[in-house]
Amino acid sequence: MRSELRPLALVYLGLLALLALTVAGSFLPLGHASPAVSFGIAMAKALLIVWFFMGFRREGWAVRLAVLAGLVWLTILLSLTLLDLLTRNWLMPHFGT
Amino acid sequence: MSETVTGRGGSEEASREETVNETQSERVSYLRAGHTLRSWFFTTDHKRIALLYLISVTFFFFIGGMAAGLMRTDLLTPQGDVLSNEGYNRAFTLHGVIMVWFFLIPSIPNVFGNFLIPLMIGARDLAFPRLNLLSWYIYWIGGLFTLWVLLAGGVDTGWTFYTPLSSMFANGNVVMAAAAVFVVGFSSILTGLNFIVTIHTLRAPGMTWGRLPLFVWSHYATSVILVLATPVLTVTLALIVAERLFGLGIFDPALGGDPLLYQHLFWFYSHPAVYIMVLPAMAVVSELVAAAARKPVFGYWFIVFSSLGIAAVGFLVWAHHMFVSGMSMYVGAVFSFLSLVVAVPSGIKVYNWTATLWKGHISLDPPFLFAMGFIGLFVVGGLTGLILAMLALDVHVHDTYFVVAHFHYIMVGGTVSAFFGALHFWWPKMTGRMFSIGWGRLTALFIFFGFNMTFFPQFILGYLGMPRRYHVYDPQFQVLHVLSSAGSTILGFAYLFPFAYLLYALRYGKPSGDNPWEATGLEWTVPSPPPKHNFDEIPVVTREPYDYEVEKEGGA
Amino acid sequence: MTRSGLVEEPFSDPEQQRRAALFGMTIFLATEILLFGGIFAALIFYQAAHREIFVETSRELHIWIATGNTVVLLTSSLFAALAVAAAKAGNGKATGWLLGVTAALGLAFLGLKGWEYALEYGEGLLPLAGGDAKLGEPGKRLFMDLYLMATGLHAVHVTIGVCLLLFIAARIATRATRMPEQATTIEVSTLYWHLIDVIWVFLFPALYLVR
Repeated sequence: MRSELRPLALVYLGLLALLALTVAGSFLPLGHASPAVSFGIAMAKALLIVWFFMGFRREGWAVRLAVLAGLVWLTILLSLTLLDLLTRNWLMPHFGT
Repeated sequence: MSETVTGRGGSEEASREETVNETQSERVSYLRAGHTLRSWFFTTDHKRIALLYLISVTFFFFIGGMAAGLMRTDLLTPQGDVLSNEGYNRAFTLHGVIMVWFFLIPSIPNVFGNFLIPLMIGARDLAFPRLNLLSWYIYWIGGLFTLWVLLAGGVDTGWTFYTPLSSMFANGNVVMAAAAVFVVGFSSILTGLNFIVTIHTLRAPGMTWGRLPLFVWSHYATSVILVLATPVLTVTLALIVAERLFGLGIFDPALGGDPLLYQHLFWFYSHPAVYIMVLPAMAVVSELVAAAARKPVFGYWFIVFSSLGIAAVGFLVWAHHMFVSGMSMYVGAVFSFLSLVVAVPSGIKVYNWTATLWKGHISLDPPFLFAMGFIGLFVVGGLTGLILAMLALDVHVHDTYFVVAHFHYIMVGGTVSAFFGALHFWWPKMTGRMFSIGWGRLTALFIFFGFNMTFFPQFILGYLGMPRRYHVYDPQFQVLHVLSSAGSTILGFAYLFPFAYLLYALRYGKPSGDNPWEATGLEWTVPSPPPKHNFDEIPVVTREPYDYEVEKEGGA
Repeated sequence: MTRSGLVEEPFSDPEQQRRAALFGMTIFLATEILLFGGIFAALIFYQAAHREIFVETSRELHIWIATGNTVVLLTSSLFAALAVAAAKAGNGKATGWLLGVTAALGLAFLGLKGWEYALEYGEGLLPLAGGDAKLGEPGKRLFMDLYLMATGLHAVHVTIGVCLLLFIAARIATRATRMPEQATTIEVSTLYWHLIDVIWVFLFPALYLVR
């Protein structure tokens, strides 16, 4: 158990640093890059939690694949739905609505 | 038919009546492993849970069927003379909700998947037996909500619960109906989860991925969809309920909300749900065709990967339900293309089944006839699906009877035929008794003809412009409607036949023996009905799947 | 370490049983990702459609309470991970305490969240009867509707997680669950807890850092 303490504490400090970074970043005038930055940092935090806290670094491919599939399918849902909104009035304004 | 187990039990009683008494395997089977209600309602045996599901889904099948009967009666004349407008709306909504969520989705996976997956992979049970039982109870909580909706006057939104109709305008028990579907979703999720874990962790020694029966592979693909699609429906229904109950308008156009977002979320589940219904049917047909042709399945890996391909690509086609909704036409073009793509793996399967039959020694047993019915009807349903997938053609037939006919060919012609095929094929395994083959053949034919008579006229109706969800229609459509209603009567009676002869077989049927169809697969190596723990000793698999002995040229 | 009495019916050895339990939980986590995925889809969709009003409304939220809450949840995850290490090392007592601390931090999260709701209600920002005085503008109400649904659903998950962890801690205290033989129980339940944390990690920028 001792041997686990050090890496877990380091990961925890890393998570707090990322949190500080994302809060600070949200006050900067990043414009349209802002969501990309904050979600990029969130992704990094999530990876740290999954890999170290949840112990996925020690598990087999099946377990990793399960969570990965969840993420891939979520990406499908988000991207194709958003694509509809973003191209709805493209080239032909107010075609549909 | 090989009679490895004969009725030896109770000679005095056997002579008294013509019925065959308990066979030796029946005495030690899962069916006799406890006679109390408690031993059924608190069982964790996957075989008993499968039977609980069989009774439950059949019950809901008849409730949903009665709603369909009401509608077909009402449609006999151009005026609405049986149902009011409101009543007709409620009838088709309940028909849809019950058939989709309480019959089609759980039908094959929860009955036959539950019963057969552990037997086929050489396991004593599913990975989480108590979760399996819990899933049945959750199914019934959802089912009771639905029955409540039925008794309380129904709901009229259509099974799709489109907003803003469902969230702002519909009268009726929208919240209760949405809650029913919300709850039954968890049952689906738990079943899918259980299957995936079971197939990964509980395969017998030697049962490699390449030796899995195609039934198991297809259920694996189904489970992936169940697990990944259902939660999105769950949360979407929660959003509707929040809008209706607490005024949290997520899809309310007055707040800048977009009803099309609802449709995206809904179809992200509900299109893959079609594959949840049809993949298990394909699973059944793969087994039935191989057993009937007495040949190894042609292109094992093609069928495996087409199942997985359908599961994956099936998630990329949902917006073809929204071509005329005002969605971006560019996205429409993308979805149109992807919808055509998903036909490829389905086509591969049909070719493989056909090739499996080539030069086979085909026996015209009832299961095979049902499988043939499936293939024929599925091809018609699939090809008309291509018409609907094409952006320009869809505009003409969208929301007409053409769509109604198309999806009934897939779901009723396809899935229900396969359900009955599975019921006939594995009935001897589940109960230990053989039913009347002649009656089985007759039923298969009646279902096929009744079905076509019911739904083929609807293609024409739709093409001529008869919109769906209307019960007052132009008199020029009456002939076709009457034809359809007449067909539905035949279909309805054909669905009732198996009740009689299958239940009759329970008591008066001949003992079937372990392997009445002389099929391969681990489930046929155990006694019929199987003992409580399936295998005395976990088997070691050394043979390839479907290793039927192929006769040499000129051989006997 | 392996006591055959702990291997349940369909399994033949403890390692197989552990793999199945972990795999089952991860599949469940994938379903949770997609459950919240529906809400994230709505958030991202509407943020693209109504960017300005969403930025304006997000700025009115209590970012510092939320940041504090993020710290609380991240800390709870650290304790959950330590509980697993203790469980595997066979230290039942430490495992129980660490799970207790994790659950206590979960309760602290819920307390802070409740306080935040109360503040918003007072400010007229919460789309509930009596608390929505400042939500006249449609886009603003839409954002707060989503906010309430997202955080509410998350809070429900936190509550379930707290109950689960307290239940296991109690079973360890009464020796009904023993370490390290049943360490898998701790692994599986803390996986759920970590996922609640991960979802918050994404909800935080999606709701509070919209710029």
